[in-house]
Amino acid sequence: MFDLKDLYQEVIVDHNRSPRNFGKMESPDRTLEGFNPLCGDRLTLYLKMEGEQIDDISFDGSGCAISVASASMMTDAMKGKTAKEAEEIFNNFHELVTTDGSNVDSDKLGKLAALAGVREYPTRVKCATLCWHTLHSALEGEQTAISTE
Amino acid sequence: MNSTAALTTPAFNVDALRQDFPILSRAVRGKPLVYLDNAATSQKPTQVIETISRYYSEYNSNIHRGVHSLSEEATSAYEAAREKCQSFINASSDKEIIFVKGTTEAINLVANTYGRANIKAGDEIIVSWMEHHSNIVPWQMLCEQNGAVLKVIPINDAGELIMDEYRKLLSSKTKLVAVGHISNALGSINPIKEIIDLAHQHDAVVVIDGAQATPHTSIDVQSLDCDFYAFSSHKLFGPTGVGVLYGKQALLEAMPPYQGGGDMIKMVTFEKTMYNELPHKFEAGTPNIAGVIGLGAAIDYVSEIGLDAIATYEHELLEYATEAALTIDGLRLIGTARNKASILSFVMDKVHPHDLGTILDHNGIAIRTGHHCAMPVMDRFEIPATARASFAFYNTKHEIDVLIEGIENAKKVFC
Ligand SMILES: Cc1ncc(COP(=O)(O)O)c(C=O)c1O
Repeated sequence: MFDLKDLYQEVIVDHNRSPRNFGKMESPDRTLEGFNPLCGDRLTLYLKMEGEQIDDISFDGSGCAISVASASMMTDAMKGKTAKEAEEIFNNFHELVTTDGSNVDSDKLGKLAALAGVREYPTRVKCATLCWHTLHSALEGEQTAISTE
Repeated sequence: MNSTAALTTPAFNVDALRQDFPILSRAVRGKPLVYLDNAATSQKPTQVIETISRYYSEYNSNIHRGVHSLSEEATSAYEAAREKCQSFINASSDKEIIFVKGTTEAINLVANTYGRANIKAGDEIIVSWMEHHSNIVPWQMLCEQNGAVLKVIPINDAGELIMDEYRKLLSSKTKLVAVGHISNALGSINPIKEIIDLAHQHDAVVVIDGAQATPHTSIDVQSLDCDFYAFSSHKLFGPTGVGVLYGKQALLEAMPPYQGGGDMIKMVTFEKTMYNELPHKFEAGTPNIAGVIGLGAAIDYVSEIGLDAIATYEHELLEYATEAALTIDGLRLIGTARNKASILSFVMDKVHPHDLGTILDHNGIAIRTGHHCAMPVMDRFEIPATARASFAFYNTKHEIDVLIEGIENAKKVFC
């Protein structure tokens, strides 16, 4: 049977309690807001780009443990990645939380794999992917806030 | 059962009533279901399920049109349900009972017919800060179309309407007041009699959203003197997809029809169509026949238990739950009105409502988390969401104990 601890793993609880890369960035190159109207989760991503590469990334906002931990872990994983690499990791992450995970390249995911438990709770997938959708749109140059609905 | 419990609720045998609800004996994630999402929708007793099933297996046919026996049987069951609704809210005539899809459609019907015909640019419509979106958006849409202005009655920190502010909003410009009887997000029971009387002093028409009230309290539209009253079957232990709009006959007679089609006409030629009489004028097309008949069975069911007995028992549940909730460190109740129905909305210091909802679900407990279709209430309390446990007469103190234990467990995950 699926155990609740598989969803709220220590690492997730920890990232929720003390989120990494949390806070507004001074003069970011890109800023984008993501909103999940169903939950009221709301986060803002800040990006500094070096050409195609993510030089620095941070976020702020409020949300459930899954969305905060996911954003914290994502920002950790994205530093130094190119937009193309980020996109690839996002695709893997999306597979991870929406399928049985058989096609996931877990080497690419690293710590992010801790969020796999979300797949048992379809209504919570949006919490885990809000930051990713926001990043995706920010990398595409989107200016207006995005919404999961 | 211990004797003190028996003394406080004579004749209220929850265990026996629970037997009427087949779903209450199922398990969720390996635990007995504890269903505390009754404000979203209620569960259905066997009496309702079997009534619907009997319609489909024994006399399914269209109503009002056939001369054959099945159609006569269906028509008389459908119209009998209308009479049940009439006496349930004490309307003066069954012509005042219009079957619709639910509360949402009932309010939209009034906005689109009465509203469009009678409310003009510069007129004012008053709603309250604690309305469900379905009692805000139709009025906003009407204001957008005709240039009327929406005014909002503010609420205090307890989640009660500030009646002095309401009095100040009323003027000769006020044409309509639309207020919920009981708030689904806060549980507050609003003083609708007073609201109606004050509105009538300014010749404004009053629409009451009764979606949350009919399962918990008896309604008398004549003594309230309300002009319109809306409710949904599915919150009242009946099927989804059906509800009632009550309207005073004189108002309904004068209103233009809502949708055009079959059943709502007396005679159609290409030059002119004569509309049917009430209530058929507002019931175009084949209605939700099974749903209406099922609603009739639900009304029989709750009437037999008695809404006064239900209200007394639920009040006891609410007091028990409130007291228990307040012992939880870091829990803050949202909605502490003096006059409250059995709805417990709250937030926790370190646990987001959505995480709480997931963790409770893991214990078989169904609560609702989110904005409860009342975003202005969330803004008012400066929170993104609440967790909400809402009780029906088939809930027990034991289930509340399970809820409290679940909340304590959730805290352990995060603290
Ligand atoms: C206070 C209130 N009004 C209106 C509605 C809308 O009812 P329905 O969805 O049945 O049309 C609800 C249901 O959530 C409600 O709680």
